[in-house]
Amino acid sequence: MTKEEKQRLRKEKKQQKKNKEKKDDNASQESEKEKKSVSSSSSAPQPPTQPATQKGGSSCCSLKNVHDMVQKVTLILIFPVVKRLPEHIQVDNPDVLKKLAKKLERQQIPLRLDYGYKVSLFSHLHQYSRKAPLTQQLSIPSSVIHPAIVRLGLQYSQGIVAGSNARSVALLHAFKQVIRDYTTPPNEELSRDLVNKLKPYISFLNQCRPLSASMGNAIKYIKKEISNIPSQCKEEEAKGKLLNCIECYINEKIILAAKAIAKYAIEKISDGDVILVYGCSSLVNHILCEAFEKNRKFRVIVVDSRPRLEGREALRRLVQRGISCTYVLISAVSYILPEVSKVFLGAHALLANGYVMSRVGTSQIALVAKAFNVPVLVCCETYKFCERVQTDSFVSNELDDPDDLIVTRKGKTQLEDWQQVPLLGLLNLVYDVTPPDFVDLVITDLGMIPCTSVPVVLRVKNVDL
Amino acid sequence: MPGSDKETDLTERIEAFLSDLKRGGSGTGPLRGSAETARETTALLRRITAQARWSSAGDLMEIIRKEGRRMTAAQPSETTVGNMIRRVLKIIREEYARSRGSSEETDQQESLHKLLTSGGLSEENFRQHFAALKANVIEAINELLTELEGTTDNIAMQALEHIHSNEVIMTIGRSRTVEAFLKDAARKRKFHVIVAECAPFCQGHEMATSLSKAGIETTVITDAAIFAVMSRVNKVIIGTQTVLANGGLRAVNGTHTLALAAKHHSTPLIVCAPMFKLSPQFPNEEDTFHKFVSPHEVLPFTEGEILSKVNVHCPVFDYVPPELITLFISNIGGHAPSYIYRLMSELYHPEDHEL
Repeated sequence: MTKEEKQRLRKEKKQQKKNKEKKDDNASQESEKEKKSVSSSSSAPQPPTQPATQKGGSSCCSLKNVHDMVQKVTLILIFPVVKRLPEHIQVDNPDVLKKLAKKLERQQIPLRLDYGYKVSLFSHLHQYSRKAPLTQQLSIPSSVIHPAIVRLGLQYSQGIVAGSNARSVALLHAFKQVIRDYTTPPNEELSRDLVNKLKPYISFLNQCRPLSASMGNAIKYIKKEISNIPSQCKEEEAKGKLLNCIECYINEKIILAAKAIAKYAIEKISDGDVILVYGCSSLVNHILCEAFEKNRKFRVIVVDSRPRLEGREALRRLVQRGISCTYVLISAVSYILPEVSKVFLGAHALLANGYVMSRVGTSQIALVAKAFNVPVLVCCETYKFCERVQTDSFVSNELDDPDDLIVTRKGKTQLEDWQQVPLLGLLNLVYDVTPPDFVDLVITDLGMIPCTSVPVVLRVKNVDL
Repeated sequence: MPGSDKETDLTERIEAFLSDLKRGGSGTGPLRGSAETARETTALLRRITAQARWSSAGDLMEIIRKEGRRMTAAQPSETTVGNMIRRVLKIIREEYARSRGSSEETDQQESLHKLLTSGGLSEENFRQHFAALKANVIEAINELLTELEGTTDNIAMQALEHIHSNEVIMTIGRSRTVEAFLKDAARKRKFHVIVAECAPFCQGHEMATSLSKAGIETTVITDAAIFAVMSRVNKVIIGTQTVLANGGLRAVNGTHTLALAAKHHSTPLIVCAPMFKLSPQFPNEEDTFHKFVSPHEVLPFTEGEILSKVNVHCPVFDYVPPELITLFISNIGGHAPSYIYRLMSELYHPEDHEL
């Protein structure tokens, strides 16, 4: 029997054991489950060899972890990766919607309904209205969902907490609260039960606002830490350990990473620079404030766009520090770009094919900067690196409330009754992807890398895990 | 005295027109379209020709030049005024030449040979008096007015040649020419239009409501999403404020980004511009190219504390270089940007480029 077939058999045996353990676990859409089902679904379609030779699989139980890693790496190398598609980009498939409705019913979470006419190109995505938050459909006090999570969900859906770092940190703090208030029910193990408790919370948050890549990575990390808690550990000790882990994660991946990135980025800022930034990126603001404190002389141009107008927040923060700023809207960027010496952009996620996923408008700025030969630098922590690949901004995106586009000028609101007009649609995209040839440099906590080195970093990280 | 009544009436009209120009061009979107401005200017010039006192073509040209300088000074960004004045001056020159009986030598291009041999013609000072000149000039101006009335229709008639079914067309802001163009095509074909709203004036909203009421499936997007959706667009059709002498455009802000995105995706960029928008200006005149309006559209006064510490810019126009443009559609047909210089030499006389 070849090596691959032996590995396949071992995998099947492990899968059977797992199925027995997690019988009540339904098919969830979290990415960490996708990883495990990668290996199982890729092995399932293979023609089954003799079932009698299952004895070979039992020897793997003792060296479970090592085999696990080796199998994962080899399987990914040998078999094509087949990931289960996340639900939030399959809205046009009625079966997926039915499955989602059933799952939410079981978890006692209300289903959020789509709002308004959706542009046909985006019929596979959800479009919610901000005026109908999910919490209106919940009974208060909610017995199923922890109040910290309810509050977090409301903050997400109303846009009070926005920006990928802020959302991740808020999520981790909410989870810390959940862990503090958690008590293991009798006859249950903490490592398994806590993970099950977290699943409805994650579904709820997903309904309030689709999870970002950074949040997905954070959740993966927490789940791994929880399931790695040995069963003989006492509850208090386990909870302490988990809280500590979360603290470390926030500290390492976000706070210290920001410091490291700022250190590298400040080398790139020289006196007399005119720096262009877009929207409000906490990391880019941090870099600029640090550079200003190190007495670099530069001025900043903040570019903003409707309808979110996040640039005003960045403007406030920079002006408070005393940095001299200019403010324009994105349609004036080709007027102002001849003055600019560098462009600093933040990222929401970095995809495995080198594309940068960021706030809508980022790719446009990078395009115009390229046309004027201005260097574009993207700043991104490594915990935002994502294994997805994407080439355009359509297949996986987020649609925000279309009513945000409505504006009243000179007493007239043109688009007030857009719902009544049958052929009119409003499109409020949240993200877009920037091709790697527009980006000159990516500054991460591991150093300054070109856009195309993202899969290398991901591979290094995965082996570390 | 009836003579002076006419004169005061004329000056009153000119003053009214000037103050209209000053008020109307506040940049928050034209209160009047360029076509209306062109028509009013031409009507006013016809009135000047009819009512002012002049004895020879040279006098008339002096009067028109003087009034023209005042009009262009009132609103420098409204280039159709200057264009119409130059057209009328060219008409006067032509009528004068015809009255003098000189042959139809097309001496627009001053070739080196002509410069050396016929030095006399350029010393022409238009002093001869011809009785029929006034009537001829007024008739020619009437023809010009008829041409102006029909420009939008002429452009819209060409729509079916350029739009096929199930296309996705992108446009930006609001242009009456493009609106008529798309509505004409929509009578026979079904297609989808994406309108970029063009902040901060958000004229795209008006365009979208108007198009959707005409039965065209329309989507409004923000300016930031132009590059994101460009990959699904088949054609970009825009209007412009002015067509410059090198084939470039002065269009609403955001058009340069749109043109760059179209170039990146190899999407054709079609500009619908009637002939009266063609201007002999070049884009290097920095002080007159850009026009700025009150920045409270960008950063309103409600953001009080930071307003005093920040520079805010609100430009109205963008320069689009001719390399990014695929086609110009005007009332006399379609042209490439490299042909614009030739059209200009047919419309205006080189000595009138500086009023």
